[in-house]
Parts: sequence; structure tokens; C-alpha cells
Amino acid sequence: MTGRVLLSLALLALAGPAWAEMPETCRVAEPQIERVFPLQQVTRALAAKRLDILVLGAGSSLLPGPNGVKNSYPERLQIALAEQLPGVAVTVTSDVKARRTAAQMVKILLPALAVSKPALVVWQTGTVDAMQSIDTDQFKAALDSGIAIARSAGADVVLINAQYSPRTEPMIALGTYAEIMRWVALQQEVPIFDRFSIMKLWADLGTFDLYSATEKLDIAERVHDCIGRLLADLVIDAAKPDVPHADGGR
Amino acid sequence: MAPVTPERDLRLDLFRGIALWLIFLDHIPSNAVSWITIRNYGFSDATEIFVFISGYTAAFVYGRAMREHGFIVASARVLKRAWQIYIAHVFLFAIYLAEIAYVAHSFSNPLFTEEMGVLDFLQNPDVTIFEALILKFKPVNMDVLPLYIVLLLWFPPMLWLLMRVPSFALAGSALLYALTWWFDWSIPAYPHGEWVFNPFAWQLLFVFGAWCALGGAQRLSRWINSPVVVGLAVAYILFAFGIAMTWYFPRLAVLVPKFVSDAIYPIDKPNLDVLRIVHFLSLAVITVWFVPRGWPALRSRVFWPAIVCGQHSLETFCLGVFLAFAAHFLFTEISNTLLTQIIVSLLGIAIMVAAAALVSWYKRIERQGPGPRPPSIEPGYARGDV
Repeated sequence: MTGRVLLSLALLALAGPAWAEMPETCRVAEPQIERVFPLQQVTRALAAKRLDILVLGAGSSLLPGPNGVKNSYPERLQIALAEQLPGVAVTVTSDVKARRTAAQMVKILLPALAVSKPALVVWQTGTVDAMQSIDTDQFKAALDSGIAIARSAGADVVLINAQYSPRTEPMIALGTYAEIMRWVALQQEVPIFDRFSIMKLWADLGTFDLYSATEKLDIAERVHDCIGRLLADLVIDAAKPDVPHADGGR
Repeated sequence: MAPVTPERDLRLDLFRGIALWLIFLDHIPSNAVSWITIRNYGFSDATEIFVFISGYTAAFVYGRAMREHGFIVASARVLKRAWQIYIAHVFLFAIYLAEIAYVAHSFSNPLFTEEMGVLDFLQNPDVTIFEALILKFKPVNMDVLPLYIVLLLWFPPMLWLLMRVPSFALAGSALLYALTWWFDWSIPAYPHGEWVFNPFAWQLLFVFGAWCALGGAQRLSRWINSPVVVGLAVAYILFAFGIAMTWYFPRLAVLVPKFVSDAIYPIDKPNLDVLRIVHFLSLAVITVWFVPRGWPALRSRVFWPAIVCGQHSLETFCLGVFLAFAAHFLFTEISNTLLTQIIVSLLGIAIMVAAAALVSWYKRIERQGPGPRPPSIEPGYARGDV
């Protein structure tokens, strides 16, 4: 974990101040998205000029407030993808509800897939499982079966692990579950958006102050915007038809 | 009856002290200094060292008590120790509650609405506190002491057996470990899941430590000191190191053949994966190779800070858990720059050493005082604790 952060810091030092601009703040996280497995269904969907994505997630895929949906990362993902993929009809459907464990989401996955028939399932999970200290074997089994269900329905999967939440760190073993998701992603050969490491890096670098106590939404909205953009980059990168398999792709 | 080494092996105190420091560093969330701890470079971590050495010293101290004063007296002492550890655990839980209550009161951020749900249990303290008292509810990083309590509760009959038929006792322990893996035995936790350290599995390392203390180490010495075994140990540690590097540098992961990663993952910490045991044993073999028993440097000032911590492990461990809370509090409230993290980590270790030295001094003057207990009745205090 920390080694990865230090590595990223080193890369960042080499990259210099070019990253400083506001939307570019997100870019500091790029070294984190290193290893990309191909997304073949998405490649096919892009060729057919129509990309349907289902975001399956829990509370950390949501923002509160009247503009919560508009500003949360699923919507930002759609906007970023549409910008970068002119001529492709991009639709992002969300099935997001707070306090759901991976196993609870697996239960509703099949009907959700039947409705939206996506080429890609973006699956955010791990937070609620960590909060409830779900047995790690059961958590892993839920991830495996969710990935299998999505694949059998003809969809690729991208996993998103927990947010890095410094204030609650002594109370939730988020890192353990984030780590399990990294392993499952590696074994199942699905790309993972390592939100935990990325947000940790942002906190370490001072990109975003994740410690501050606030009722305001500005930082939260910028974080979600960045996640949406980086996620779009990951999807496009992994779906490139000419991506050399599994050597990082960049 | 197995011959018992007459004098406490300072290497045990040294490495338990170091393990306690590493546990402290690992317990501070987001601590850059934890980068140096062994869990980042292989499969096992400081917990294995702590449990093994605790088993070793428990057998050393209570084995002597059992020989000199019989089963009942020795068992009573073991249970008294378990009780002390229970009290320490509950004390730490009170500190944890205080911190949580503070965070719940002072922190809110729309980005972390979901995560703040973890504080909901404050709304029904009746259930939570009761579950904590019966060791079912255990906050993050507070799992080692409950494991230790269970291991000690079960220790008197095990020790009795170990002193009569050591090999049989060790085989029984290994059988329990195997059956645990086979049947998925575990202890339920509250509100969900299971104990983070499954005592049915971790007992193996504790019993193995005890077995070594009661003469097993001598029986193994021919093997431990063989260059072949040391070579294998080195090879295994290099293998584990290579695998660990792929956790930090995903690019390297492609170099690991799929059949290898299929075979090793997941590395099961709750049930003390065999890979972890072998990694710990390899480290132990190499350590014994380089640090001989009577090594004069063990009595030098350089190693004294770690040794004194290892000799008062319960106090040092509890203080470490508390200091880890405090360090996290400092990081969130004041500063979390790299420099702060380094200073706070070093300061924490310095406080642990100072406290252990104080405890050591305190026990010494208590023994010198006109108290009714001659030292021989408290074997645990002769040269450090269990």
C-alpha cells in the first residue's frame, strides 16, 4: 500500500507541476490505474456505437442533496465518456442504494441486468461489508459470484473498492476489504478502480482534504467528478481493441 | 519429563519487544512508517512472532510453576493472567469508545455519509457494550488480546499434556488446526462474521512455542542448524518477498504464473494460513542462525529498549494500542505530514520503552520491599512477564 503511494509520489515528482490545474488534480492518481485487463464486451459495444453501463453500488456511489445524483460519479462517468467517445451513445444506469453488502447486491444483480442489458457493470462494493465485518470468505465468494453472473449475462465488470475514509479508519477495516477486491480482480482478470489507494494518494498529496469536518458538498462533488473522469479513462483504456493484454496498457 | 532451560532466553524478549513495536506501527492507520514492518515484505507479520513467543514464555514460566507447585497452582496463575488480560482489553475498549464518541460528535462530511454509519452502534450501547464484554464485539485492531485470553484459558490442560507427552500434545494441536480448516470452525463475532484471529487455528503457533520451550527446541536444533534448512528458509523468504512486491507494483504481477497465484491466494490470516506459518518458521530459523543464544550483544545497551518492552509485554501492548489511537487522533486533528508520522512513530516507541522501564523498576522495588511474597512464588516476575 504505502510502497505504491511512495512509487506514485516518485512518479509525480518526475512529472512536475504540469498536473496542477483544477480538473487535472485527478491526474495525480493515474499511476494507480496501471494494470488493465481488457473489456471485450465494451470493445464490441464501442464498435457498435452504443455503450450501456450499469453502476451497481452502495452509499458511497451517492451524494446527498437535491443535486446528489447529478454530481455523483455515475453521472460524471457518463458525461466524461460521452465527451471522449463522440458518436457513441453512452447510457449509464444506476442501481445504487446505501448500506448494501456485496452479497445483497448479488441478489438483485440478475434482474437488474435483465432490465438494462449493459455491456459493462461497474460494481462498487466493500464498504458495507467492512463495516459489518462480513466474513472475508463470504465477501470473496459474493464478488466471485457477482462477476460470474455479470459475465454470463454478457457484460464486462469493473470493480470499485471502498473510499479512503481517514476519520473512520480506526473503526472500519476498509483496507482489508479493498485488498481482497484487488486480489479477486487479479484472479478474475477484471479491471479494478482502486478508489481506496487513489483517495489515499489524494489525501497524502493534499489534493483533497478528506479530513475536514464540513456540511458543504464542494469537495465531495469534486472527488466524485474526478472519480468519474478517471473511471472513464480506465474503461476506454481497457476497451481499446489494440491494448496489449495485461501489461499495463500504457 | 522434558528438560527445561534454566534461564530465560533474552532473544525471546528482544524479538517480542520488536514485535510489539511493529504491531504499534501497523496499528496506526495510514502511517507511512508502517512501510518498514515485516508484513509488507512477506506473508507473516508481527502477530506470529508475538503469539509464538507468548506460547514459549508461558510454558517456560508456568511449566516451572506446574513442576514446583502442581497443576492446581499453576492453572490458577494462568487463569489469573487471563483475567488481567481481560481487564486490560476492557480498559482499551473504554478508550476506544471515548474516541468513537468524539468522532461521532465532531465529524460530518457528505462524502462519508455511508462510512459514518459505523457509529450507529452508539445508539444502542446496551447491546454493543454487552457484546464487547463477552468478547464478541471487537473493534478493529483489538483482536490480539481476546485471542490471547482464549489461548490461556485452554492452556493449563495443554501444558499438563505437553509436560508428559510433548509430541502427542503437539500432534493434537496440529490435528485441531487441520480439523479447523476442514470443518471451518470458528468463533462468531458481533454483529457479523467471525473472530479476526481464529483461536482454533492460532493455537497451533502458541502450542508450538510452548513445545519448543519444554525441550522441543533442543530436539529441533540439529535441523534448525543444518545449512540445508537455512538455505530452504532463505529461498522461501525470497519467494514471499517477490510475491509481496507484486502487491505494490502491479506490473510485476504478470510475472507470477497463474498456477502459483491460484495456489497461494487468498492468504488466510484469520485461520493462520500455512504459507504464513512457513514464513514465520523460516524467519525463526534464520534468526536463530544469526543470533545465537548466548550472544553477548543481547546484554548490551543497544538491545535493552526492545528487551525491556518484551519483558513487560502486556503493559507495552496495551500502551501501544492506546498510543496508536492517540497517533491517529493527532494525524486527523493536527497534522499528518510524513515528518509528523515519523516523529509520532518514534515518540510512541520511546514512550513504550519508558513505560516498560518504569514497570520494570516498579516491580523491582516491590520485590525488594517488605512484602509477604518471596520472589519464588511469582515466577513470572523473576525476569519479566509471561
